[in-house]
Amino acid sequence: MDYKLTYDQYQQGLERGELLGLKCNTCNNVTFPPMTRCRECNGTDLEITEIAGEGTMRTFTVIRVAPEGMTAPYVVAMAEIDEGAWVMGNLVDLNPDDADMSLIGKRVTLGSHVVKGNTYSQGDSRVLTFSLI
Amino acid sequence: MRQVAILGVAMTKFGVSEKTNLEMFAEAGLEAIAQSNLEPKDMEALYFGNCLGDFEEGQMHMAPFAHAELGLPVSVPATRFESACATATVAIRHAALLVGSGVYDVVLAGGTERACAMGTPLATRTFAMGHHAQYESTVGLTFPGVFAMAAHMYSEKYDVPLKELKQNMAEVAVKNHYHGAMNPKAHFQKEIDVNTVLDGMMVADPLQLFDCCPFSDGAAAVVVAEAGKAKEFAKKPVYIAGMGQASGGPLYLQKDLSRVMAREASIAQAYKESGLGPDDIDVVELHDCFTIAEILALESFGLYEFGKAYDAATKRETYLGGKVVVNPSGGLKAKGHPIGATGAAQVTEIVEQLREESGPRQVEGARVGLVDTLGGDFGTICNIILRS
Repeated sequence: MDYKLTYDQYQQGLERGELLGLKCNTCNNVTFPPMTRCRECNGTDLEITEIAGEGTMRTFTVIRVAPEGMTAPYVVAMAEIDEGAWVMGNLVDLNPDDADMSLIGKRVTLGSHVVKGNTYSQGDSRVLTFSLI
Repeated sequence: MRQVAILGVAMTKFGVSEKTNLEMFAEAGLEAIAQSNLEPKDMEALYFGNCLGDFEEGQMHMAPFAHAELGLPVSVPATRFESACATATVAIRHAALLVGSGVYDVVLAGGTERACAMGTPLATRTFAMGHHAQYESTVGLTFPGVFAMAAHMYSEKYDVPLKELKQNMAEVAVKNHYHGAMNPKAHFQKEIDVNTVLDGMMVADPLQLFDCCPFSDGAAAVVVAEAGKAKEFAKKPVYIAGMGQASGGPLYLQKDLSRVMAREASIAQAYKESGLGPDDIDVVELHDCFTIAEILALESFGLYEFGKAYDAATKRETYLGGKVVVNPSGGLKAKGHPIGATGAAQVTEIVEQLREESGPRQVEGARVGLVDTLGGDFGTICNIILRS
């Protein structure tokens, strides 16, 4: 079967400032980031869509011991986008030492930033970012 | 399915080792075979667990070399298993499935790992390869980070203030070190107190150093056999009553990290096959890679209601002598966590408990024990229920 929206196409979208996902023509759910099929109903009748780019913080941590090739501290978080999917990214524009439980439930906008490749990766890539509204 | 038993069980001392992966595995494997009153030539297959040999020693495809160290016949297949931290339990489950179905009568299964050889930055990087490479490890996620996010979610969902939750999480580490101090094979054989945990370095908020299990070296192996062999070769046979295994996807699809969906599916399989339930379990070896992980597991098993297991160790209900003894070996926290070997060491502990061979940490009258191993970020769960 064809991949409607590949990882590479998703990455090119992020480069252009577009948050590309897949809308399911069977159940209307939005799958973001892309997968082979709708994450809710497993449907394969999908079309490329751009998500609105806002969501709500669900959980977070401050990484203080980083893997080789990364520099701590930084915030890793999960947010629920308004279209329903949950995504992982970096909370930016916040001093990591100010991250506390009050973050959970706060509104965020989504964007992306470049993460440098390392010895065991496919090279530079873009990952999602969250900024508090 | 035929009834399946565990005969000999063995593990090396866990900790920092100068031995190679193969030397450690041969030590455990040969001891398990000898304890079964069998010879290496009696093994019909080797199910060999190892996760990161490529990075630890530059060694891929270790199974045939382990086979040679053990002196197994050329006709005996040696196969590598890799399911992150659940590796050895998955290997043992698959050995039991093939013995149960009649393909083999006797299989050696287990694993080995030499994580300390990598040092912390490379070990943290290679462990992080267990996350989704495109969408999760690239944001700088680490394993402490996963369980840190689960702890924050637990605090929010069940309205347990973070400070109170952390105090109770620290009590899990205190308990497992208390048990580990009685285990001569444990990586850390030293008791700690709550302040040891709460004064520790922050690793991933809110997890501090003593909320986390260590990187360890070690190996463990067990002989899985058709039950008739157990009656012939083992003084006190221990049988597999039920097993389960289930798979979760990336964390962003799992969403609620306070509920481990793969564990709930896996334990349901094991309860159904065994005809047993949470009330029947006397002793548990579960995957306490982080203190919060023990709390989540107890709730998945139905031993506690959701949102209620966080103070089980504080109330001493999970200590030796408590209502259900959890991690009498010291768990991953104190016994150590050589990832490819961990599941076989958990099975070793439960088998020894059910044979009443555990000395000062013996659970009185233990008849039914549960093994729980988690691989990756809740991606693989494997459960084995054993009975005497």
